[in-house]
Amino acid sequence: MLKKPTASVGFFFTGAAFMLFGVYGISRKYWKMEYVLKPTLIHGVLAAIIATLLLGACGKRDGAAKDGDVIKIGSVSPLTGPQAHLGKDNENGARLAVDEINAAGLVIGGKKMHIDLISEDDQADPKIATTVAQKLVDNGVVGVIGHLNSGATIPASTIYNNAGIPQISPSATAIAYTAQGYNTAFRVMTNDEQQGHVLGQYAVDKLGDKKIAIIDDRTAYGQGLADEFAKAAKAAGAEVVAREYTTDRSTDFMAILTAIKAKSPDLVFFGGMDPQAAPLTKQLKQLGINAQVLGGDGMQTPEYIKLAGADAEGEIASNPGLALDAMPGGKAFKDKFTARFGPIQNYAPYAYDAAYVLVDAMKRANSTDPAKYLPELRKTDYQGVTGHIRFDQKGDVTGGAVTLYQVKNGAWQPLETVHSKQ
Amino acid sequence: MDIFVQQIINGLVLGSVYALVALGYTMVYGILELINFAHGEVTMIGAMVSLTVISALVGAGVDLPGVVIVLFGLLAAILVCMGVGFTIERLAYRPLRNAPRLAPLITAIGVSIVLQNIAMLIWGRQYISFPPILPQGRHQILGAMITDVQIAILVISVLLMLGLTLLVKKSRLGRAMRATAQSPQIAGLMGVNANTVISLTFILGSALAAVAGVMVSAYYGLAHYYMGFLLGLKAFSAAVLGGIGNLTGAVLGGLLLGVIESLGAGYIGDLTGGVLGSNYQDVFAFFILILVLLFRPSGLLGERVGERA
Amino acid sequence: MASVPETMNQKTRHAWLVFVALGVGLALLPFLIDAGLGRSWVRILDLALLYVMLALGLNIVVGYAGLLDLGYIAFYAVGAYCYALLASPMFGLHLPFWALLPLGAAVAGLFGLMLGTPTLRLRGDYLAIVTLGFGEIIRIFLNNLNAPINITNGPQGVNQIDPVTIAGMSLGKTQVIFGVTFSSPHLYYYLFLILTLSVIFVSMRLQDSRIGRAWAAIREDEVAAEAMGINVRNIKLLAFAMGASFGGLAGGLFAGFQGFISPESFNLMESIMILCMIVLGGMGNIPGVVLGAVLLTVLPEALRYIGDLQRAWIGHVVVDPSDLRMLLFGFALILMMLFRPAGLLPSRQRKRELGAQGAIAEQEQVSVYDAKR
Repeated sequence: MLKKPTASVGFFFTGAAFMLFGVYGISRKYWKMEYVLKPTLIHGVLAAIIATLLLGACGKRDGAAKDGDVIKIGSVSPLTGPQAHLGKDNENGARLAVDEINAAGLVIGGKKMHIDLISEDDQADPKIATTVAQKLVDNGVVGVIGHLNSGATIPASTIYNNAGIPQISPSATAIAYTAQGYNTAFRVMTNDEQQGHVLGQYAVDKLGDKKIAIIDDRTAYGQGLADEFAKAAKAAGAEVVAREYTTDRSTDFMAILTAIKAKSPDLVFFGGMDPQAAPLTKQLKQLGINAQVLGGDGMQTPEYIKLAGADAEGEIASNPGLALDAMPGGKAFKDKFTARFGPIQNYAPYAYDAAYVLVDAMKRANSTDPAKYLPELRKTDYQGVTGHIRFDQKGDVTGGAVTLYQVKNGAWQPLETVHSKQ
Repeated sequence: MDIFVQQIINGLVLGSVYALVALGYTMVYGILELINFAHGEVTMIGAMVSLTVISALVGAGVDLPGVVIVLFGLLAAILVCMGVGFTIERLAYRPLRNAPRLAPLITAIGVSIVLQNIAMLIWGRQYISFPPILPQGRHQILGAMITDVQIAILVISVLLMLGLTLLVKKSRLGRAMRATAQSPQIAGLMGVNANTVISLTFILGSALAAVAGVMVSAYYGLAHYYMGFLLGLKAFSAAVLGGIGNLTGAVLGGLLLGVIESLGAGYIGDLTGGVLGSNYQDVFAFFILILVLLFRPSGLLGERVGERA
Repeated sequence: MASVPETMNQKTRHAWLVFVALGVGLALLPFLIDAGLGRSWVRILDLALLYVMLALGLNIVVGYAGLLDLGYIAFYAVGAYCYALLASPMFGLHLPFWALLPLGAAVAGLFGLMLGTPTLRLRGDYLAIVTLGFGEIIRIFLNNLNAPINITNGPQGVNQIDPVTIAGMSLGKTQVIFGVTFSSPHLYYYLFLILTLSVIFVSMRLQDSRIGRAWAAIREDEVAAEAMGINVRNIKLLAFAMGASFGGLAGGLFAGFQGFISPESFNLMESIMILCMIVLGGMGNIPGVVLGAVLLTVLPEALRYIGDLQRAWIGHVVVDPSDLRMLLFGFALILMMLFRPAGLLPSRQRKRELGAQGAIAEQEQVSVYDAKR
């Protein structure tokens, strides 16, 4: 597979090597810098490793560029660190869609095309996210599915926008992401405002809970959702009796729950992810607090039930779109995904839909050129496994259907679907 | 009042876990003056190994009481962690015994990254849940709730701490450890094999970390390959608070830190009239730590090494 | 060394050659890299330069003055937030960067004093934990100061920060100067390069100055230094303030370069990585610190290519690169430290840092060399 590096690459390495060698030689001779670096076996090995890595990279770059019938699509999410399980899930969702499309055969512009999914790890770090975004742009991707976190998605979106490459985030919910005026930024997930609004009204109007305690994990996601929830709940006439905070690494919530217990709320809302939501629910039961737990998409996962066990029974959480089992193709997706990658962690269906939405726009535009298919992407009208996907002017999904689920007999059962006003 | 008692109980349970991990930090520091940054990851390995064994036993339908199954998991975790601790010392710290002070700190961070990623490769990126096999009884004490697991954590921690203190104060090994901590050279002249003592210290500390790991995963019901970092950080802070290198100090520091965190999260809002909330829980804990160190620069029970350093 | 004047002459002549070669090389570097490896590597290069500045700043505190600081990232955060809050739609303020960078450095310096004052009595690991706590406290405040009054916008971060603009030319956009096209990462590269070189220059001059020698003295023996009439308190505070202001400068640049900052960029792991850079490179030695910073920024990125490497060698990807990348990075840290315990390029005058016990072979040779000179 390794093809000969192009002239420019060869030139670069020869030039750089000569320059370094020259400077090194001169400094050794005249600056008496022998002590600085005595070449030893280790240096040789290190240099060889670095050189092979770089050459391997160049060989790859060169090799793929000649293949005209390949469409490159990027997938970015944290694949290491505390959120790696969610990141891998997103990648798997996109991977399943791409493999299906490839297997079915994709023809665009009269040519048979093959999609190459390039997956990168942004470590959920905003700084690495921009570097990775640039790397994908360099690599010639025509569309990106990612990133996972709002904090990584927002700075990366500037780079995709400058390059004119469409980006669909399967999971970023911060309002700011699509509020930057970029025509390349899309998401197939509702934003905090849409979901927080539905949850707030549901808690007060449907569940009839008036005394509400709110906990969030101080991440962009948790805080954003909790604030929007608080706004909507207050507007609907509820009283927020306690506002407590935790972090996205915590497992001990006894102290804040004890403080909440003193205020005896009807409902505890948690803005955060399942690894916190599950022990929080357990500890809440352990302290004998008799309140409904309500959460957002970060909590509506099989993982939550697995980790909280019997204590999860009766708790409610929402997820954007419609119930997977009720959707055409939803059950099939779930079976295929589970058979290949194991249980769905959370956002894989959204990444799966994002990949199909991108390819759908390319098909309609009959082109893989981002400039040509971007206008078609905005006109998307696609029936996915998470719902009917249309974008508004900003790039948010319109209608913003949100489905509420309750844990019954150890599984999430859909309660009802609410269409938000935004 | 019942809320206050509850917060103290919360703090003591959390604190006793911190204390067990802090003992590992402090033992190593006492002898080598080395911050073993990878110690938190050993705790994580302990939790992971025990969960694997427990899940396997539960999955195989072994008809034993939950406590016995957990004991099997604990035993496996202790053995594996002892091996891990020994290997870390042998490969990453011993070659640097005479190197500049900060060099082992970097290898410690390297070991920590390596252990995390190996755990990720073995156990995957998902959270692993603890099977609900332990008794779930709840008891009322002065209006506060306490569960069987919490009582078990408190009792086991106290027993282990007492055992360790006895070991260090009374046994031959303990005497050798104290001698090595004073001066490895002179201890060597007195017939103490410093390398063996250091290896044993790491093994002991890792065994305690394994116990702490199992307790944490049983208490919170989950384990994850990234869980060691935060726990290690907290335990390290606890060891410093108590005076690093001092066993009683580590226990005191751990318990204090747990109680401070608990009370901080519970009462910081009332103390500041609602301006600061439980989001400043860690600020509160660090603030007290700094305050203590301002008045006692070597921690609560630490000896004054100021002029020697 | 028979004819000393002649050697001197030759030395200066060739020194110029070296400088010219280095200058041309550094000026052309982004273009070579862009052509050879792609633009993302120019971005990585920019980040590497930022880390060089940060590492040199921390080097003053840890390498020169011997004060172990595990919360250094706080100053980077302070600088970044100074820039971000005063040049973004957050408060509708748009101050120019030449006002913001010194301001960021000054405010960070002030925070350095704030950290330094209460910790004067602490040593070694006790200082480490207090600085660590300080770093976390700053991060937690940045993360939570969105209520009751919104100052930092909390976890949502500050977005749409103005790019650095020099003479009406925004570095955030592609510019054509004298017919040559410079993309945004290229433009930032030159700005960062100039500032990095200035930071290197200041560091070099500081090291050889009265202050630098005073730092070395308190690093080696605080009591003896005090006895020799060094004002330990002021000299320590100066180290904290100087180091912090370098961090603040780099932070401001980061905010302008990135366009978005949030508290999660300033976590404890970053502080630890910067410390790794200077220890790995060679504490107290400027070329070593620069090398360490560049290496630790580039290595994790270079390790992304192990997937491509497997494809090139074996034909397909056997082990997912994301599974291996950080693992290899961890191993690399351990191996580099085991083979060169004093750092890759150890400092010439490096003695027992923070109370280390034994001298190592390399240092012996260095001192022998010194003696010959």
